[in-house]
Amino acid sequence: MPKDHGIGASPKRREDVRFLTGKGQYTDDINLHGQTYVHFLRSDVAHGIIKSIDTSDAENMPGVVRIFTGADFEGVGGLPCGWQVTDRHGQPMQEPGHPVLARGKVRHVGDPIAAIVAETKEQARDAAEAIGLDIEELPAVVDMVSALAPDAPKVHDELTSNLCYDWGFVEENKAAVDEAFEKAAHVTTLELINNRLVANPMEPRVAVGDYNQANDESTLYTTSQNPHVIRLLMGAFVLGIPEHKLRVVAPDVGGGFGTKIFHYAEEAFVTFASRQIRRPVKWTSTRSEAFMSDAHGRDHKTKIELALDADNNFMAIRTDTYANMGAYLSTFAPSVPTWLHGTLMAGNYKTPLIYVNVKAVFTNTVPVDAYRGAGRPEATFQLERLVDKAARELGVDPIALRRQNFITQFPYATPVAVEYDTGDYIATMDRMEEIMDISGFEARRKASEAKGKWRGLGVNCYIEACGIAPSNLVGQLGARAGLYDAATVRVNATGSISVMVGAHSHGQGHETTFPQVIAEMIGIDESQVDIVHGDSSKIPFGMGTYGSRSLAVCGSAMVRAAEKVIRKAKKIAAHLLEASEADIELKDGKFSVAGTDKECAWGDVTLAAYVPHNYPLEDIEPGLEETAFYDPANFTYPSGAYACEVEVDPETGKVTIEKFAAADDFGNVVNPMIVEGQVHGGIAQGIGQALLEAAVYDENGQLQSASYMDYAMPRADDVPFYIVDHSCCTPCTHNPLGVKGCGEAGAIGSPPAVVNAVIDALASGGKNVPHIDMPLTPHRVWKAINQ
Amino acid sequence: MSNKMHIKLNVNGEGHEFLAEPRELLIYTLRERLNITGPHIGCETSHCGACTVTINGKSVKACTMFVAQADGADITTIEGLGGPDNMHVLQEAFREHHGLQCGYCTPGMITRASKLLEENPNPTEEEVRFGMAGNICRCTGYQNIVKSILAAASELNAAKEAAE
Repeated sequence: MPKDHGIGASPKRREDVRFLTGKGQYTDDINLHGQTYVHFLRSDVAHGIIKSIDTSDAENMPGVVRIFTGADFEGVGGLPCGWQVTDRHGQPMQEPGHPVLARGKVRHVGDPIAAIVAETKEQARDAAEAIGLDIEELPAVVDMVSALAPDAPKVHDELTSNLCYDWGFVEENKAAVDEAFEKAAHVTTLELINNRLVANPMEPRVAVGDYNQANDESTLYTTSQNPHVIRLLMGAFVLGIPEHKLRVVAPDVGGGFGTKIFHYAEEAFVTFASRQIRRPVKWTSTRSEAFMSDAHGRDHKTKIELALDADNNFMAIRTDTYANMGAYLSTFAPSVPTWLHGTLMAGNYKTPLIYVNVKAVFTNTVPVDAYRGAGRPEATFQLERLVDKAARELGVDPIALRRQNFITQFPYATPVAVEYDTGDYIATMDRMEEIMDISGFEARRKASEAKGKWRGLGVNCYIEACGIAPSNLVGQLGARAGLYDAATVRVNATGSISVMVGAHSHGQGHETTFPQVIAEMIGIDESQVDIVHGDSSKIPFGMGTYGSRSLAVCGSAMVRAAEKVIRKAKKIAAHLLEASEADIELKDGKFSVAGTDKECAWGDVTLAAYVPHNYPLEDIEPGLEETAFYDPANFTYPSGAYACEVEVDPETGKVTIEKFAAADDFGNVVNPMIVEGQVHGGIAQGIGQALLEAAVYDENGQLQSASYMDYAMPRADDVPFYIVDHSCCTPCTHNPLGVKGCGEAGAIGSPPAVVNAVIDALASGGKNVPHIDMPLTPHRVWKAINQ
Repeated sequence: MSNKMHIKLNVNGEGHEFLAEPRELLIYTLRERLNITGPHIGCETSHCGACTVTINGKSVKACTMFVAQADGADITTIEGLGGPDNMHVLQEAFREHHGLQCGYCTPGMITRASKLLEENPNPTEEEVRFGMAGNICRCTGYQNIVKSILAAASELNAAKEAAE
């Protein structure tokens, strides 16, 4: 019988009513008195020297308030990078400056050059057209490998080359890995591209800066996943505004998927400009601007090799990856291909020796940073494609080869520096085989053949690392931030509760799920609990939402704070009931004295805390409000097994997904309805990557896919119904709720399943194609069939 | 002001009259002139459907229509379909089946679905997917949106039968 409240129940989302009735309050819905609008004049060339910017005509255009260029930002800091990677030789990465508005050079199409502030957005756009811009175009570097040629044009003249870093992991393992390859009975090699993607939350980015001269305070309303991170980075590193004079508000945010983690130039600009002109300044991105200014995702070029012994046991893995950084280092860019990618290269397998090399490269393209999964999809894709290719070369069943090499003992220390606390990969594989009806596949294949279609089955596993932590470890790895989170549980006099959390909800449903946890702990109705999030002036210093961390990290902080509240409430109850504190029990919202019929209600205790007439004032303070900061001891490790069945039309190359199943182990689950929704969305993004999406640059650095006309987003008729299951449960061993995180799994687990299925379909049609790079468009598949 | 045009609109049952530049897009009229912020802007090129409204009985993407083209029209936005205390069957179904996450595409999605069910009261799953393909959602993977619309169709049909 499913629960109807508390942890494990699926109450309907309380945030839905406002979204369903058009009453959401997104950043673009905020309009302030006296507001001005900014339009950014952006570079239309990928690389060039700014010879001159003539704003004189534009300044006299109707409604223009002020025009800013890079020169106005003398003495203002650049956009900081939050992670410093150390290379194979112990040297820090090359770290170029990132000005708010371009100075001297433009480095990618979309690089902002000038900002026109006007009374209306139309006037700002009109004036932009009157700016005289003289840019001497330089040859651009787009391809990562040629960017590293000795004579390649340099994106940043002050750097020695376009190489950001050359990272080896684990460097000490390299010789042993090479030796294992020499002894291998079989070596499988795969070269592939992990296609560049654009996150594309449906709400484009928006920023409104509002300076209040009377108290010298600035407020930034912004579409962010982490308002406190923006406040810290922008206040301390860019504009020099102390935290107590800077408020960052992220109200309802229309999706993030990673691309709204980062601190962007436009946020710093509107905050800076509002202080200059003493009026609010608003920027709303168009979709085309989003394509050329939101950080992109993925964009790896990889060679991966697997060494197997004569019994098909995995002996070693070796990878060489080029990772595109784009023109500047976005906030967490250096960490994605390294610590979020190399550490996951063991996957679900007990491969004893692993060596990962990553060369991060600057190019004249939009910066690349974390996108749903961030490094882990790249690791999973190459590994699971490789294992599939190995099975095909060895003529063994791909599921059996995986099972043979699964990690089965936990905790398990991988050769790539992480320790999986728990998991059961056999169980998720069993479950996947069951819900997918793998045994019925051959019959379905025959049915497809009868229609002239080639049917293929692709399976894969994944492991991911969520809730990045602990702070002292990530500090050693180069993080320039802590990765804890925080929550304040404020109990009101009548017993209702407000929980201020550092996590930010932009679709995840925290307003529903977090109260489920508190209500369960205290035994009161969920309607008595609300969360407050997204406003740095109201919430404790938490790090926001990304990396599937909200419940595992911030939820843990909330549990710790609630435990403190309960401890204090029991003291008060002991006083009211004239009993020993040790004998007080809290159940169903009532305090009772063990072994007696004496009890008092939750509300009696909370009222006593705020009206402390009969109260042990000598022992405890009045009030009932506690804060906790939680720094996790380890990552969490969700895992799962995915399967996809496709039909390929051999005449056209068109791929249709006929069946898709995901069996995940997320540990304990607070709200199954929401967890399943997260998996659905992740799978659709993974299918998008596998079949449809690609950010494409031409050789001159022109972005050729900068609208929905050219960048194919998955639509309702591109995807099937997914069969999802999270009944396999090995709870996380080191956080209080035993939860692991579910936000990214779908996007990590699905691309290899789709591609493996297409390769299998082609094989069933007699075409043994080793690999096709994503996206598997009809053209690419048709070419593979006909070559 | 001579280049401004005199426009009349009826939005969600309420009449509006104003002067607007010929280049003013309907979505800005709704959002910024009339403060009807349910319809959202996702792409400004008619591709994503976040701005979908109903104009004279047809689904229209308000980001690529000049308000001058809508002069004299009857317009319904998500606000006109139902509010918090009188939600439309589709709004209830989206809530029941978790057909939304961040909520940004939702007003356009539901406004479009309401016309889809008028055009085809008994759609198959495939017809729902095809009929909604002009509206992009990046969060839900569409599964629960399709379920919500099919559930709303059943409910509307049952209510119709009961009334007959």
